[in-house]
Amino acid sequence: MSKITAWDRVMLARKMERPKALDYINEIFEDFIELHGDRNFGDDKAIIGGIATLEGEPVTVIGEQKGKKAKENMERNFGMPNPEGYRKALRLMKQAEKFNRPIITFIDTPGAYPGMGAEERGQGEAIAKNIFEMSKLEVPIICVVIGEGSSGGALAIAVGDRIVMLENAIYSILSPEGFASILYKDSNKAKEAAEDMKATAKDLKSFGIIDKIIKEPDDGAEKDFESVVKELKSYIKKSLKELNKLTKEELVNERYEKFRTMC
Amino acid sequence: MVIDKVKKVNKKEEKRIKNEKASDMMIGKWVKCDKCKEIIYKDDLHQNLSVCPNCGKHFRLSSRRRIKQIADDGTFEEIGGDILTKDPLNFKGYMKKVEMLKEKTNIQEAVKCGICEIEGEKAVLAVMDGNFLMGSMGSVVGERITLAIETAVEKKLPLVVFCVSGGARMQEGIISLMQMAKTSSALTKLDKAGQLYISVLTDPTTGGVTASFASLGDIILAEPHALIGFAGPRVIEQTIKQKLPEGFQSSEFLLEHGFIDKIVERKDMKSTIAKLIRLHK
Repeated sequence: MSKITAWDRVMLARKMERPKALDYINEIFEDFIELHGDRNFGDDKAIIGGIATLEGEPVTVIGEQKGKKAKENMERNFGMPNPEGYRKALRLMKQAEKFNRPIITFIDTPGAYPGMGAEERGQGEAIAKNIFEMSKLEVPIICVVIGEGSSGGALAIAVGDRIVMLENAIYSILSPEGFASILYKDSNKAKEAAEDMKATAKDLKSFGIIDKIIKEPDDGAEKDFESVVKELKSYIKKSLKELNKLTKEELVNERYEKFRTMC
Repeated sequence: MVIDKVKKVNKKEEKRIKNEKASDMMIGKWVKCDKCKEIIYKDDLHQNLSVCPNCGKHFRLSSRRRIKQIADDGTFEEIGGDILTKDPLNFKGYMKKVEMLKEKTNIQEAVKCGICEIEGEKAVLAVMDGNFLMGSMGSVVGERITLAIETAVEKKLPLVVFCVSGGARMQEGIISLMQMAKTSSALTKLDKAGQLYISVLTDPTTGGVTASFASLGDIILAEPHALIGFAGPRVIEQTIKQKLPEGFQSSEFLLEHGFIDKIVERKDMKSTIAKLIRLHK
């Protein structure tokens, strides 16, 4: 058995070469066409979205996108969205609802961007609105945490009927560094914090917050991307089959109960 | 004149408290306003709704005082008071800290909810309290707010929430994050039922509370000069490596950028809320 510590997983989740949202989108789906812009302010490269097909059926896909090289990572703002990114995601989700397409989201962010412009354009409002709207969308939503799922910036695209995590992904209230700096007054205690905050897939499964853990190699998803994708794809297909059986009302009610009784 | 005397007598004391962080520094029966530096007799301050009679600075209010200011006398009936703090992460020292705070502040958690009358108008009122772990939202705050929302739906009442929060309760980790989802989805039910939700932002409202129920009011009011934002000013300054301009993330800043409906002074808060409720009857 492996003895991977919580901190090891944090490092794995942040690895530059770890597969990103676009890698999953391109592997799992076909015919992906990216759609841009929030129709209000701009196009945020930290969030991508569009339409694709899964076994011939159209779906809407959305993901927080980090770069796999330093330059691309900078262009993507290290996967830290601004309000226009969340508003683009919401626009595409409402579009999905209009055309009755299921939504699949990929979560991978160190958090919503804490910049001046982000505050001026209402980062808090953008996140709140997404959470509010997602909890009543009348189409199936599946959310997959593929790397770092940090804070409200992650939750803003993670309210769904099924929440899935990769085995080495983390999902937490904020980064271990931030946690350590607030609670231990020492950001160097991040390793200790990573353990204490209970943010691994296994922890979240035990809290009943996530529904499924997708296995990956001990040294990261990129080492055997094919089998990770295979398991994830089959889980998405199976879940959509289950969710498609529900009426719109049942779907929304079950999602409400899921978060109502979670904690 | 009394104040002048006190100033002289307390010169030494004043020097000492200058180094303290707390915004309202208590020196026995006297309080120093950290905005205009005036020393105010505590009773005068409280009679003035905890607003500095000299410069108008709105001091932070406990939930007890806030409820007294907003609810008609003797009408407040608490709901969810029996929901108490849990320790989902088994976080070292957390429960001890909570117990100590309960004893010190005489409040049970960072929000108090209930049904009351506001100028005779029946409403559900939720009031956060910054004295309890900076009004941070853990499972109790999330659950009590959700209960308040559900009560409003069930009893067909308007909902008024006074926000003050440093954000999510770190000690409860991911459970705190999920409270954002729980409270926000409960609000969809209130929305669907066509009932009024007034959110009032007070100093400070930040983090996970800003990014959930605080920003979802049909009408969003704020007290003057409150700090309101998602990321805290220190985090932003560290990120952009420069100092923020004066007044960044203040109520006035948010009004200018279109994120709140109106800034209301404390003396007008109760009548403004009552008027808005009447307009939605």
